[in-house]
Amino acid sequence: MKKRDRDTRNYTRLTHPLVRDHRNGPLRRASWDEALARAADGFRTARVEHGPDAFAMLSCARATNEMNYVAQKFTRVVMGTNNVDSCNRTCHAPSVAGLSAVFGSGGGTSSYAEVEHTDLIVMWGSNARFAHPIFFQHVLKGIRSGARMYAVDPRRTDTAQWAESWLGPNVGTDIPLAHAVGREIIRAGLHNTAFIERATSGFEDYRALVEPWTLSLAEKVTGVPAAAIRDLAHAYATAERAQLCWTLGITEHHNGTDNVRALINLALLTGHVGRFGSGVQPLRGQNNVQGGGDMGAIPNRLPGFQDILDDEHRAKFERAWDTVIPPRYGMTLTDMFEAMEHGTLRAVYCIGENPAQSEADSEQAMRRLQALDHLVVQDIFLTRTAEMADVVLPATASWAETDGTTTNSERRVQRVRAALAPPGEAREDIDIICEVAERLGHDWKFADAEAVWDELRSLSPDHFGMTYGRLEEHQGLQWPCPDPELLPSSFLHGRLWAADPGERGRAAPFGLVEHDPPVDLTDEEFPIRLTTGRRLDSYNTGVQSGSFASPLRRGEYVELCPEDAERYGVTVGEQVRVASRRGTVEAPVWVDPGLRPGLAFMTMHFPDEVDTNSLTIEANCPIAGTAEFKASAIRIEKLPVPAARSHQG
Amino acid sequence: MTSIPLGPPRRLIEFTLDGEPVRTPEGSTVLDACRAAGKDVPTLCEGDTLRPKNACRVCVVEVEGARTLAPACSRRAEPGMEVRTDTERTRHSRKLVLELLASSVDLSTTPRAAEWIEEYGAEPDRFGPDAARLGESPRIDNDLYVRDYDKCILCYKCVDACGDQWQNTFAISVAGRGFDARIAVEHDAPLTDSACVYCGNCIEVCPTGALSFKSEFDMRAAGTWDEERQTETTTVCAYCGVGCNLTLHVQDNEIVKVTSPHDNPVTHGNLCIKGRFGYQHVQNRD
Repeated sequence: MKKRDRDTRNYTRLTHPLVRDHRNGPLRRASWDEALARAADGFRTARVEHGPDAFAMLSCARATNEMNYVAQKFTRVVMGTNNVDSCNRTCHAPSVAGLSAVFGSGGGTSSYAEVEHTDLIVMWGSNARFAHPIFFQHVLKGIRSGARMYAVDPRRTDTAQWAESWLGPNVGTDIPLAHAVGREIIRAGLHNTAFIERATSGFEDYRALVEPWTLSLAEKVTGVPAAAIRDLAHAYATAERAQLCWTLGITEHHNGTDNVRALINLALLTGHVGRFGSGVQPLRGQNNVQGGGDMGAIPNRLPGFQDILDDEHRAKFERAWDTVIPPRYGMTLTDMFEAMEHGTLRAVYCIGENPAQSEADSEQAMRRLQALDHLVVQDIFLTRTAEMADVVLPATASWAETDGTTTNSERRVQRVRAALAPPGEAREDIDIICEVAERLGHDWKFADAEAVWDELRSLSPDHFGMTYGRLEEHQGLQWPCPDPELLPSSFLHGRLWAADPGERGRAAPFGLVEHDPPVDLTDEEFPIRLTTGRRLDSYNTGVQSGSFASPLRRGEYVELCPEDAERYGVTVGEQVRVASRRGTVEAPVWVDPGLRPGLAFMTMHFPDEVDTNSLTIEANCPIAGTAEFKASAIRIEKLPVPAARSHQG
Repeated sequence: MTSIPLGPPRRLIEFTLDGEPVRTPEGSTVLDACRAAGKDVPTLCEGDTLRPKNACRVCVVEVEGARTLAPACSRRAEPGMEVRTDTERTRHSRKLVLELLASSVDLSTTPRAAEWIEEYGAEPDRFGPDAARLGESPRIDNDLYVRDYDKCILCYKCVDACGDQWQNTFAISVAGRGFDARIAVEHDAPLTDSACVYCGNCIEVCPTGALSFKSEFDMRAAGTWDEERQTETTTVCAYCGVGCNLTLHVQDNEIVKVTSPHDNPVTHGNLCIKGRFGYQHVQNRD
C-alpha cells in the first residue's frame, strides 16, 4: 500500500502570550502583564455583570494533581462557582458515576498486579492491546499464568485475538448482553447468595429485571450466539477470582452510566469485587483523568471525593479557604456547552483542553465557543480552541517540564518531574493561575508543587498518608492512603466481605437499568453503524502524537469489512464520502476483516485531515454527560475516481 | 474478608561465597547473592526483567564439587554450597569468552566491555584479522530504531522481550543455525514490513547497543552523544491512564532517549510506541 501524501499539521510550542484586540482581529504577541490583566478583566466583567455562574473552568486531565487542585480552588474561591470540569466528561465520567453510585467511590477497585493473579479476565469494550498496551502486558502475564480471557467488543480487535472467546455484540447492546449473562448466572444457581444477602441491595428487583433476557432473546438483540453468552456467564460465575475491565466501548454511549451499572451488577451477583484478584476496573484514557476528579476538578465533588452537598465537607473547605462554597452542583462540560448556546455562560478559562476538536459534533462546539464573551486558553500549543481565544497563555508541558503528581487507573499517585526547561516565556500552570487569582484579589503563595500537595493532603483524608517522600520511596502509592506509616491495600471495598454489618457499611445496590438502543438509528439512508476508537501509535486529537515519525501511522481511514467494501464497490485507498445526519467528510477506505457487515470504524486522531467528530452525535448520557461517540449512523458514497488514483490501492 | 496473599515467607539460606559466609533469600541466584555482597561479577546476557538465558557465559563461577563452571545468573543458591567467583579457572574462562566475543563482535558501545577486557587480560586480536565478523552496515529502515548486527552477541534478550516474556509480539527471532545464527524479523525483511509495533522494549534490554534508538545512533555518528552531559529524570507518561514511568535522558535540553525503570510496578521496564517515542511535540520549540 502506497503511503498517502499527508498534509499533517505540525504544532509548535507557544512561547509567549497572545491577545486579541477586537472580536474578529488577529491574535498578537503580548507581555505577560498585559495578557494576565486582560484574562483577569474578562473574568471580573463576567462575574460582575452576569454573576459567578457565568464563569466556567475547563481543567486538564493531562496536567498534574496539583494544577487541578489549584484550578478548582480558583473556580470555587476566586470566581465563586462550582463550574469546573474536564474532558474526563468525554470518556470515563460514566465509570466514575456508576462506581460512585454503587460503591461510594469512583475508582477502579483492583490493581494491575491482580490481573496477573486472577483466574478470569473479561475485557468489555476495550481494545487494551492498542489503547493501554502496558496494562495489557499485565493481562498477558495473567493469561500466561493460566487465566482465561473473554473479549466483548463489536470489533474483533487485537485484544480479542488473545481471548479464549470473543463475543461481538451489535454496537449499543451491552445492557441486553450483560442482563442475559446475569439471568443465566441466576438461572444456573451460580450467583453468590451469601454475598448478595450481606453486601448488596435490590437483588429481587434485579432478578425480575433480567428475567425476560433469555439467551435466545439476547442472541436476537445482540447478535452474539446464545452458547457464547452462556459460556461467558458460567466462566465468570464459577471462576475463583475474576477481573471485569472496560474502556470507552462501555462509556461513550448516550446511556454510558447505565452500561457501567449493568457490568457492575455482574460483579455484585458473583461476589467478584472487594477481594484480591477480583474486581471491576475501568481503564482510564488520560494520564490524570483519575486525578483530576480526585482533586475536585469536577462540578459535584470537593477534593478527595467529598460531596459538595454535604454540609460538613463544605464547612471544612470553607474554613480552610476562608470562602463560601455554593451548596449546589456546578455545570458539567456538557452543561457548559449548552449554557454557551443559551448565553448563560459568558467566560471560560480553558486549561490544556481542545474541546473545539474533541467534542462530539465539533462544528456545533466551535460555534458555541465563538459565542462566548471571554475565552482564555492556557496550553502548550495554539490548538484550534486556542485560535478562538481572546487571551492565550503559554504553559509548560506537565509531564516533562513540571513537578507534581498524577494518578493512574489503579489509583496510584506517582511523581511527575521536570526534565526540560520550558521554551520561551512559557510558565507553569499553577504560577499562571495564581497570577490571575492575584489580579482578582487573591494573593496565593505556593512555594512549589509540594506545598500545593500538602495543602490537599491536609484536606483529603484519603491522600493524607502520601507525602512526596513516600511517593518517591514506594514508586507511587494507591489511594485510599490515610496513614503516613501503613501501606495501602491494593484493592478497594474489602469492607463488603466483613462479618460485622457496621464495618460492611452501605450495601452496594444493583443497578436497575433498561436497554436503550443508540440514539442515531441506522436506516435505509444511513445503513452503516460507525464506531470510533484509538490506534496504537496515536492519541486523541493528535496534537501530541502527530509529531513523531511513527512507521505505523497511516493517517485517517474509514475502515470497512471486506463484504461491505465489495458491496459498495470500493477498494483500499479509494477516497469516499462518509455522511452522517450531521456532517460529511471524505476519507480513504481501509479494509479490516475484524469488522462485520454494517459496522465501520474511524479514529479521532487526525481531525485536521478528516474531522471524524463532525459525524458523531452529541447524544449525551443524562447522568454523566458523556456523548455517544461509539454509535453514529453513516453511509458510504463512492466518488467519481480519477483514473490515476484507482490504481494506487 | 479475603486477605492479601503475601506468598510463602522466604527463608534465608546460608552458603560460602569466596570464603565468607553469606545469607540470601531462598530461591535467589548466586548472582543475586554476589551483588548483595557487593561483588562485581560481569554479565551480558543476564537481564533483571528476564529469565536467565545462559547464553554468554561471562558470569561463570566455580561451585565446589561441580565438574563444570556454573553461570551465576541462573545457578540457584543452595545451603552449604561453596562458591568462588575469582579463581584461576573463572578468570581464564571469562577471558576466553571476552576474546571470542570481542573478536567476532563490535563491543565499542557495550558498557564496561573495555574495562573487563583489560581486567581479564583478554586479547581479542589473537585470532588474527580473519576472525569471523558479520561485516554488515547498520540497518536503518525507519525513523525510530537502528539495528546494527555487527554488535550483536546473540544473547536472545531482545527475542525474549519481544516474545512471551513481555511484549508478546513475536516480531523477532533467531534465524539460521551455528555460525549463521542471527537475530532477524520474519524473512529477514525490513522492520517496516514486519510485525514490529515499535515499543522499543528490545532496545531497553539490548546489552551491546546492537539495537539502538535512531536519536542515539545519529548523535553517536555525529560525535555529539555525551552521557556525561545527560540528565536522567523519571516522570509519568502523558499518553493514557495506565501511568507508565518514563526516564527521560536529556542532553542540552533535548530528550535524546526514553527508558523505564526496570523495578517499576507499572511497567517493569516496558513501554509502548507512544511513551517511548512520542516526546517530540514538547520540543517543537520554533
